[in-house]
Amino acid sequence: MELTTGAGTIPGVKEGTSDFVTLQAPEHALTKTLSDAIAYARRNSIWPVMLGLSCCAIEMMGTAAARYDLSRFGSEVFRPSPRQADLIIVAGTVTKKMAPVVRRIYDQMADPKWVIAMGACSSCGGMYNVYSVLQGMDEICPVDVYVPGCPPRPEALIYGIMQLQKRIGKEPVF
Amino acid sequence: MATKRIVEHTHQSMESMSLNMGPQHPSTHGVLRVVLELDGEIITKATCHLGYLHRAKEKHAEYKTYHQFIPYTDRMDYLSPMSNNTGYVMAVEKALGVEITQRCVYLRTLLCELARMSSHLLWLGTGALELGAMTVFLWAFTQREKIYDIFEWIAGHRFTVSYMRVGGVARGDYEEWRRMVREFLDQFMNAHREFETMLNQNEIFLNRMMDIGHISGEEAISMGLSGPSLRASGIDYDARKDSPYLAYEEFDWEVPIETKGDCMARYLVRMREMEESWKICNQALDALEKTKNQPANIDNPKIIYPPKENVKKSMEDLIHHFLLASEGFKVPPAEVYSCIEAPKGELGFFLVSDGGPRAYRLGVRSPSFINLMSLEKMSIGHTVSDIVAIIASLDPVLGEVDR
Repeated sequence: MELTTGAGTIPGVKEGTSDFVTLQAPEHALTKTLSDAIAYARRNSIWPVMLGLSCCAIEMMGTAAARYDLSRFGSEVFRPSPRQADLIIVAGTVTKKMAPVVRRIYDQMADPKWVIAMGACSSCGGMYNVYSVLQGMDEICPVDVYVPGCPPRPEALIYGIMQLQKRIGKEPVF
Repeated sequence: MATKRIVEHTHQSMESMSLNMGPQHPSTHGVLRVVLELDGEIITKATCHLGYLHRAKEKHAEYKTYHQFIPYTDRMDYLSPMSNNTGYVMAVEKALGVEITQRCVYLRTLLCELARMSSHLLWLGTGALELGAMTVFLWAFTQREKIYDIFEWIAGHRFTVSYMRVGGVARGDYEEWRRMVREFLDQFMNAHREFETMLNQNEIFLNRMMDIGHISGEEAISMGLSGPSLRASGIDYDARKDSPYLAYEEFDWEVPIETKGDCMARYLVRMREMEESWKICNQALDALEKTKNQPANIDNPKIIYPPKENVKKSMEDLIHHFLLASEGFKVPPAEVYSCIEAPKGELGFFLVSDGGPRAYRLGVRSPSFINLMSLEKMSIGHTVSDIVAIIASLDPVLGEVDR
C-alpha cells in the first residue's frame, strides 16, 4: 500500500518504512497528536478536590467506595489540596457564608479545571429558598456539568463525570 | 502505651501561633471550621466557627405544613434520616395526641436501629480513614450500601428517605423486604468482627486513640453531652432505656458503658452499640413477622394520606388527599417536647402549635451541636494531630450542627 495524503499519492513510500510513518500524519502532526494524548490523559485522570459540603458528600464518598468504585473512571484520587486537583465537585448546599470559600478553592486550582454542581442545592438552591443559601453555585463560578438529584445517586454522579469526560477531548489544548 | 499524653505546660511561650482548620478540610466531617491557638505543637485554645451550613431549617418549619417539613428533617442529620423522621413525627403525634399502631412501632424501631448501624458505620469508616486505615472505610461502606438497599426497597430512596408519616409510615413492608433485612442481619456480625480484628489490636490505631480527648463524667454532664460520647464517660443515660419510646422496652438489649472517657472509649461504645442494634433489629423483625396482618397506619384519614391507588377510585379518598396536600391537618394549640436517642445523642424537637396547619415554632435540640461544644475541653493540651481523632470520635454532622 502506498501512502495517500491530501496532496495526492506519494509514490515509492511503502507501508512499514520509516518514511511512511513520518509522512502518514497530516500537517501539524506534532501538535495534533500531542493534544489528543493530553486530552486522553486528562480525561482519564480527573482528580477531584475533597470538598464535601453536606448530604451529597456522603453520596460522593459512596461513589468512591467499593460498590460504585469511581476509580474505574480514573477519578478516585480525592485531593484535599485544590492545587493538585482538576475537578471540583460541589457536593451540597453552598451557603452565603461558604460561597467565598468555594470560590477561593476554585481560584486556587490550577488550570485546566472543571466544575460539577452535584445535587439540587448547588445547581439552583434546591429546597432551600432562604436568606442563608446561595441560589445555585453558578452565581460564583462557571459550571460544566449539573447533576440533578437530592442527593443524586452514585450512578448519576458517575454519569456526570462521564459527560465531563466527553467534553474534555473537544476543547483545544494549545 | 498508657503514658500520659497530655503535655504539661512548663513555660508560657511569648508567641502563640493560630492555625485555621477548615471549613474545607478532609477530617472536619463537612464544613466545620476550628481556629486553633498553638504553643509549638500543643493546642492551647480551639474555637469552633459554625454556620457554614446554616439552611434555616427551624424557620422552614414555620412555613411548611407538618407533612411538608418531613423531608427537611432528613437533611438535618443526613447519616440517619430515619431517626430524624421518627423524632419529628413523634413530636407532632404527641401534640395531636395520636397513638400509632403496634406494627408501626416495630417498623419504626427496626428502621431507627438500622439507621443507627448505618450512621455508626460511616463514623467508623471515616474515623478510621482519618487515622490511616483505608480498608475499614471500604468495608464499612460495603455494609452501608446493603442498608441503603433495604431503605430503597421500602422507602423508594436510598439516602434521604422521608419515610415516616404523622400517624404511620409512607408505605408498609412486605415479605421479600423482610427476607432482605434478615439476609443483611445474618452477615452483619461477621463484618463487625472483621472491623474489630482490623482495629482493636492495631498499634497505630491504639496509639492515636488511647488517652486522647479525655472528658470525665461530671464534665460531660455539665457540657450537656449525650449519646455514645456521654456513655463513654461512664454515665448510664440512654433515652431508649430511661424514657422509653417505641418498642425498646419490650426487647432484650443492653446499654454499652465505658468509663475512661477518651477517644478509645467512645470507639468501643459505638462498636458495641452496633452489636446491640443488631440484637434489637433481630427482635423487631421477629415482631414484624408476628404482626404481619395488622395495619401499619392509624385509621384516621384526616391525618394520614390515603393509599394512592384508592385516590384514583374513591371520591372520599380523593377529597382527603386533596385537603392534606393543599392545606394539611391542624394541630390543637400545644407546647410539646419529644426526644429520641438518635445515633449522635439525644435528638429533641420542641414544637409550639397555635392551632394552625403549620408549626408556630419548632426548636431542635441537636446532639451534634451540643456535643461539639466540648471539643475545646477535650483538645486542650493535645497535639495538632490529635484533634483529628477527637473530632472523629465526637462524630458531629454539620447538617445538624448548623441546621
